[in-house]
Amino acid sequence: MQPKTQITSEMVSHIAKLANISITNDEKAALTAGFNETMKVVDILFSVDVKGVTPTSQVTGLENVYREDTIDRKRVFTQDEALANAPRKHNGYFVVDQILEDD
Amino acid sequence: MKLNSLTLKKAISKLQHKEISLSELVEEAIKEKNKELHIYLTLNNEAVRQASSQTEKQLEGIPIAVKDNFLTKGLRSTASSNVLKDFIPPFDATVVMRLKQAGGVVIGKTNLDAWAHGSSTETSAFGSTKNPRNKEYLPGGSSGGSAAAVAADLCIAAIGSETAGSIRQPASWCGVVGLKPTYGRVSRAGIVAMASSTDSPGPIGKTVEDCATLLNLIAGRDIYDATTSPQPVPDFTKQIQKGVKGIRIGICYTDHEKLKGSDAAKAVSEAGKIFERLGANIELVPVSENLQKGHIFDPNYAVAAYTVVQRSEVSSNLAGYNGIRYDYGRAFFGDEAKRRIMLGTFTLSKGYSDRYYITAQKVRSLYINNYRELFGTYDLLIAPTSPGYAQKLGATKDNPMYGELEDILLEPSTISGLPGISVPCYRDPKTNLYIGLNIMANYWQEEKIISAAYAFEQATQWNSWK
Repeated sequence: MQPKTQITSEMVSHIAKLANISITNDEKAALTAGFNETMKVVDILFSVDVKGVTPTSQVTGLENVYREDTIDRKRVFTQDEALANAPRKHNGYFVVDQILEDD
Repeated sequence: MKLNSLTLKKAISKLQHKEISLSELVEEAIKEKNKELHIYLTLNNEAVRQASSQTEKQLEGIPIAVKDNFLTKGLRSTASSNVLKDFIPPFDATVVMRLKQAGGVVIGKTNLDAWAHGSSTETSAFGSTKNPRNKEYLPGGSSGGSAAAVAADLCIAAIGSETAGSIRQPASWCGVVGLKPTYGRVSRAGIVAMASSTDSPGPIGKTVEDCATLLNLIAGRDIYDATTSPQPVPDFTKQIQKGVKGIRIGICYTDHEKLKGSDAAKAVSEAGKIFERLGANIELVPVSENLQKGHIFDPNYAVAAYTVVQRSEVSSNLAGYNGIRYDYGRAFFGDEAKRRIMLGTFTLSKGYSDRYYITAQKVRSLYINNYRELFGTYDLLIAPTSPGYAQKLGATKDNPMYGELEDILLEPSTISGLPGISVPCYRDPKTNLYIGLNIMANYWQEEKIISAAYAFEQATQWNSWK
């Protein structure tokens, strides 16, 4: 039995790119097979009559919850605290990969 | 007597009367036993010192085990993933802060499935925990370490979190009590997010009363989690002895094709008879393939809806781990996290989100409608927590849907946000493994499940700590 949406290995490559996850070719094959297994389980959704049903994203119905736009000084990190867990830092800054190309 | 085998209630009383000392509670023995069962990923070496400054408060410095997806200031918090393997949080999760304010001390951080993805602890980057009831078996998960810590007496009580079964399923498998509050009852602030629309922190304890006591301390609105409810928080221990006389209880899933004749179905039918003897009115709520009045909607559809919703939310929540601020980045994700992130990326992607994500959210509405109707008739619904006993170590290998199938009986109510409690309702004398009884109520009615679970616990032999 095939799932409604057959996930191909090309789709898996595209999804990996969107999710910024690098995968090997072996992983790609296993992921493709696994996704199709999972999608077969998911397909049961299409046998349910949901005509006219409103989707639920928030179960308790709270809406528009606000708080004062103030700073709680007790919870503000020092620069050292903010950087304490960074894998790469330089002169008190986070180091990030270059995303703009050189001229 | 081993002091660590005390319940929360007895430990508080003995400390107040100065019958025991705190350093005795935090024994060396914990370290040895921990090695064997692999329960704590990080032990708090400062626990005894911290405890001595916590006396005179309600918890008197009592050691509490905390699942490792809760941030603890100055104490490593990994969510069982290599992405966070060296992360030392600069602040406490709201739940942890509230426990400390009440005099609790974090004794250690317990193992879980990496990012809480799973029902076994086998997806933990640091290896799985063993079930203290029988070391050849899994503890369940994702809060497997917290449930095992309680079962092995490696703490007085513990904190876990549930998205769809992660408190109650391991509590069931380890033969302890686990309480999943209504969504929004307890703050998610400072917890490594999994599926934000269902994540619910809650207590795992030796007795129902211990869980109620802990819930009192952690529940209530928090400005750092906008989804916490302004609903008033009652004293959850106050009505505990109310009993079940005259209340209406519906039994669910014992007639489901997957459970017919199972020990889980038998134990829960037996539990129904006990409630009847205690004065409740019991009725079977038949399973239905379609949404039908007076029936419980087949849980299979909830597995599908949960799978889509959970993966979608995971892909969004885990997008923030980029190796810049406090984590090692995306190359460190394990296989299960990769699978979930990628499947969620797919179900939210252009052209597919209407088909999968929106349909799943509509099916979720159907379950909410189903419960709304049933709770018009019944005060409580009861069901097996898990379809069976703990499974053997290694059971999750090569089964991408293992977790969802183990949690099938919990997913309908968790995607609806309802509260539930799992209490031991049978022990197999051959394997020493347990079956859990799941007691559910309508939104914000934790008091009802607590008093029913307490009545059951007192009337039966299954809880050795009571």
